[in-house]
Amino acid sequence: MKIRVGHLYPDYLNIYADRGNIAVLAARARARGHELDVQDVGMGDRLPGDVDLFYVGGGQDREQALVAHDLVTKADALREAVEGDVALLAVCGGYQLLGRFYRDVSGEDQPGVGILPLQTVAGKRRMIGDVLLECGWAGRTLAGFENHAGQTLLDEGAEPLGHVVAGFGNDGASHEEGCRYRRVYGTYLHGPLLPRNAWFADRLLGEALAHASRSAEAVELAPLEDALEREAHAVSAARARARGGRFS
Amino acid sequence: MRPPLPLALEAAAVRAAGALSRIAGRGGGTTLPGKLLWKLDPGAIDRLAGRLPEGSVLVSATNGKTTMTAMVAEILRPTIRVAHNSSGANLVSGVASTLLGSADAELGLFEVDEAALPEVARRVHPKALLLGNLFRDQLDRYGELELVAARWRKAVADLPDALLVVNGDDPQVGDLARLHDSSIVFGVDDPRLARPALQHAADSKYCLRCGTPYVYTAAYVGHLGDYRCPNCGHARPPLEIVAREIELHGLTGASFTLHATGRAVRIDLALPGLYNVYNALGAAALALALDISVAEVKAGLERFSAAFGRFERIAIGDRRVLILLIKNPAGANEAVRTLVEGAPPKVAVVALNDAIADGRDVSWIWDVDFEPLLAGLDRLVATGSRAAELALRFAYGGMPRERIDVVPSLEAALDRGLELTPPGGELTLLPTYTAMLALRRIVAGRGHVKDYWEPAA
Repeated sequence: MKIRVGHLYPDYLNIYADRGNIAVLAARARARGHELDVQDVGMGDRLPGDVDLFYVGGGQDREQALVAHDLVTKADALREAVEGDVALLAVCGGYQLLGRFYRDVSGEDQPGVGILPLQTVAGKRRMIGDVLLECGWAGRTLAGFENHAGQTLLDEGAEPLGHVVAGFGNDGASHEEGCRYRRVYGTYLHGPLLPRNAWFADRLLGEALAHASRSAEAVELAPLEDALEREAHAVSAARARARGGRFS
Repeated sequence: MRPPLPLALEAAAVRAAGALSRIAGRGGGTTLPGKLLWKLDPGAIDRLAGRLPEGSVLVSATNGKTTMTAMVAEILRPTIRVAHNSSGANLVSGVASTLLGSADAELGLFEVDEAALPEVARRVHPKALLLGNLFRDQLDRYGELELVAARWRKAVADLPDALLVVNGDDPQVGDLARLHDSSIVFGVDDPRLARPALQHAADSKYCLRCGTPYVYTAAYVGHLGDYRCPNCGHARPPLEIVAREIELHGLTGASFTLHATGRAVRIDLALPGLYNVYNALGAAALALALDISVAEVKAGLERFSAAFGRFERIAIGDRRVLILLIKNPAGANEAVRTLVEGAPPKVAVVALNDAIADGRDVSWIWDVDFEPLLAGLDRLVATGSRAAELALRFAYGGMPRERIDVVPSLEAALDRGLELTPPGGELTLLPTYTAMLALRRIVAGRGHVKDYWEPAA
């Protein structure tokens, strides 16, 4: 089956090796006989309507500010796609842009699209380091690396992506990391995230396949060998437990 | 306040500490004396630098600072005694240690970490500053590129009388010349060597002033090239020291014609790759600014072989290893490009550590264009503390998993690589910084190379 991916602003938001996430999705789809058809969506482009999975990466502050205003013009189309159960992964800056706003150090608000029930305020210190999350909803863990000044606050009742076992997470205080809503996942975890968390890559693919086939239930994918993926996950998780994060 | 100890007494005490550290087998002890001195009396560094009769010059860049500084040292060697932090200890403590160890030096020549530049500049008051390039590098340690650029702007602004030597091909770095009275701009002008498109890892792609994507007449290394903003006109500044007619000779060397103030001289480097042409050009520009003759610049650059771990060849029995340090996407891309265009290896050992000096965030390996290298490899050994992550990078880059050996121990990986290399052959090693130091130590332990804190013969 063809899985149509919309990669938002790859020229601007690519700082934490976001193309690694796309490469993993493509290879894992191929290994199951599916094909990933990746379409880049740039500044001024219309949001394509026939997408099963959107991806938004992270950028430096300068690039993020450049795209924030463009993304707002796509907000309605993106919200409609989300309510139509498209899958969406947003990492770091992309995650912040999905909230209501990002207030930078000077107190100025960068607009968000308001799809995730959260807002972000830049703190004085950056939260940097290895992270380990417990995702109770999936019975799995996620391991990655975070590097953000933004402190993200979820609204009452919003679902985090996971609970922080080691590291900072959304704000360094709530022990929560990321946010999920329908098939949307926002997170600060890069590394990139998907190579060392193969189950999560498969989850996204399963949901994108469900969207493609108009199914309510995520499609179960046949397991792959994944010895390297498990080893990389274990090393990353051990790093998080041993050295967590630090303020900088 | 405690009165400062007499400088000579302090210096003797901390030098003894460095010697003790070496005797105790704790490695080079290259920064320990400096760290001690800094603790005892931070102002002592300023006073030690102040004793240098010819003053100091500083060299910084994301990529190439060790090589550029070593090239300048080689050019200056016949003319002047320099205090040079040749071991790569490039923070304030490393500069302090070097000052302590070179009592009879006339000129200070220091490679400086990008983030440490303001602090070192404040203390040693350099008379000249060579700034090469800014690429994304170890975001967990340096922060975003814009942050480092802002620090550099401040450091330059605080040195109104220093001569500034900058790479005009880098938008952020070249722009520093515009704000400074006394500056020299160098760059490459040879569109035949331009890349067809900006690399994935290119950083300063958007106009500094207005945010519009630059248009490149020629992109050479990462975002280095001949750029112009189609909206506001911000463009590469006019070049004064220029490399033209560049020829790359595989893995053995590179030649170019150095054009400087109306003179032109052909230079044959024993180092390969366009990035080393940039390094040589920067070193030449600084040396010329220090009133060294073109003939001496040519002679020095042509004598130069390699800074440690940067395209270094070492014989091990009947095989050789070729070590190319990789530490960030732009630098690793050039290492890969040079190998692939020179003599693509069949076997390679790639080492990824995640200590602070390597960057704890290893995501950068996914921004490196390793694919052209993978296409020619029969076998790849992934090693270091993040060997599995590295192996995943190659597996998802298209390398069949059965041809990747995952061997976290550096020593075992080196042996595995040598075993896969035929007698008389050369094994390519691509390590990150601490892995490079460790691999050199392993090779040194087998008696094949001098430890880096021993001066080269």
